[in-house]
Amino acid sequence: MNNDFKRVLNLAFTDFYRNRGTSIAAIFVLTVTTLIITGLFVIGGTSSFLVDRLKEKIDITAYFKDGTSDQDIMNVKDQILKNSPDIKNVEYVSKDDALNQFNERHQGNDVFARALLEVGGNPFLPSLNITTSGDQKEYQQISDILQSDQFSDLIQKVDFSEKKDTIEKVFSITSSITKFGVALGILLVLIAVAVVFNTIKLVIDNSKDEITTMRIVGASNWFLRAPFILQGAIFGAIAFMISFLLAFLFSYSLSVGISVVLPGFNLSYYFASHLWLIIPIQLLCSIGLGAGSSYFVVKKYLEI
Amino acid sequence: MIKFENVTKIYPDNTSVLQDVSFEINEGEFVSIVGKSGAGKTTLTKLILGLEKPTYGSVYFQGKSMSDVDSAELQLIRRKVGVIYQDYKLLSSRTVFENVAYIMAVEGKENDEIMLAVPRVLEAVGLHEKMDNFPRELSGGEQQRLAVARALVNNPDVIIADEPTGNLDPYNAYEVIGLLEKINKAGKTVVLSTHDRGIINKLGKRVIIIENGKITSDEEKGKFII
Repeated sequence: MNNDFKRVLNLAFTDFYRNRGTSIAAIFVLTVTTLIITGLFVIGGTSSFLVDRLKEKIDITAYFKDGTSDQDIMNVKDQILKNSPDIKNVEYVSKDDALNQFNERHQGNDVFARALLEVGGNPFLPSLNITTSGDQKEYQQISDILQSDQFSDLIQKVDFSEKKDTIEKVFSITSSITKFGVALGILLVLIAVAVVFNTIKLVIDNSKDEITTMRIVGASNWFLRAPFILQGAIFGAIAFMISFLLAFLFSYSLSVGISVVLPGFNLSYYFASHLWLIIPIQLLCSIGLGAGSSYFVVKKYLEI
Repeated sequence: MIKFENVTKIYPDNTSVLQDVSFEINEGEFVSIVGKSGAGKTTLTKLILGLEKPTYGSVYFQGKSMSDVDSAELQLIRRKVGVIYQDYKLLSSRTVFENVAYIMAVEGKENDEIMLAVPRVLEAVGLHEKMDNFPRELSGGEQQRLAVARALVNNPDVIIADEPTGNLDPYNAYEVIGLLEKINKAGKTVVLSTHDRGIINKLGKRVIIIENGKITSDEEKGKFII
């Protein structure tokens, strides 16, 4: 290892140890900041899961008139797929399929069986179940096609029209949640960064007189600045380890509780599958912020 | 070695501290700069170190104008100057050993050299038994001797001592002056700023007297005559 680097490392660790009180304060602030930002990331993931689930519910079902030929229904399907290539799925459910699905769903339920006998024959209509990607534009395109004059003779009813208000409300709410979440996230991140910066500033301000002396005796910018930057990085590295461990423990301990509220969302799996993103975010928030703040705080003392 | 050429220093609050000051200090000289408090002595030493820039005129160190050097070069010049302050300006979070070793590390000296030179210089100022102490654990005289050790360790071309005896009792004050005389005898240039009449009169060296920012006297074997 380079001699100068060893010296800088030694100076950084010595200062870290000798100023234990301020070091612990800085680590605490960096840990809280890193956890807040990790929390925001996880909340973002949870809300996008929730929004996706809501959007998945926005299916459109077009019921065709009794006696509409399979060929005509397939023609409508082709039109939809042609105009909205990103659509998730278009499933054709024939009269017989619909009856079978009903029977399967209500197997052993005498009330439904009797009701079906009462009606007589197969009362179900052939249909196309369209699963959109949740994009509002896509939804609009499909509804335009299904309501066009071209297919008015074939289609008995389109299910979306009954849920239209709800669907539009969901779009509006999810859009507002996203905007609010981003704004709140940015605000929290800015506050956290300001708190970290000022904590590091307090730590370094304690050494203000020493920095002046170091300049007077001829210390180069690098030699003077490097131990402080390294010290900031040490604060950050410790904060990273603590926050990662805490985030890991939280995600596993809260996973069961969250899956009760949000069925299908596994927090621990989400945490594990997003480690590639969570680790860089935490490193940036802890080591990046610690070292970066030190860099800028010391900079102002180098003008002597 | 050090040259002031028509130097005037006016601070941003319009306080004029030095007015058209010119003098030259040659290599190996022992020069005392004498004046009352506020006469401009400290500003003068700050100008030599590049801690302040002259409002008018130029300050030269080894032929280089201090106004023209960049930050990196300024730091190189500062390494050629050993500074002793009245308030010591020690590194309070570092031990006696580390305070001196830091100066050598700044110059990029090897560890072996540092391990050899630091105890030697601390022994010369009588602090070898307090190497592991922190400055706060030393007396005023000891702290000033540590400042002297720090100023000496890199074998600088010039020693600037700004009121080095201001906080010391007469015994410690003469001890510090004695060290400066020894350094001067070894061929180093010493610039001593003080208002201690006894010390100046005993030294019998060149004295520059500053009054209200102007040089009123510059004599080879000067006396304190304010």
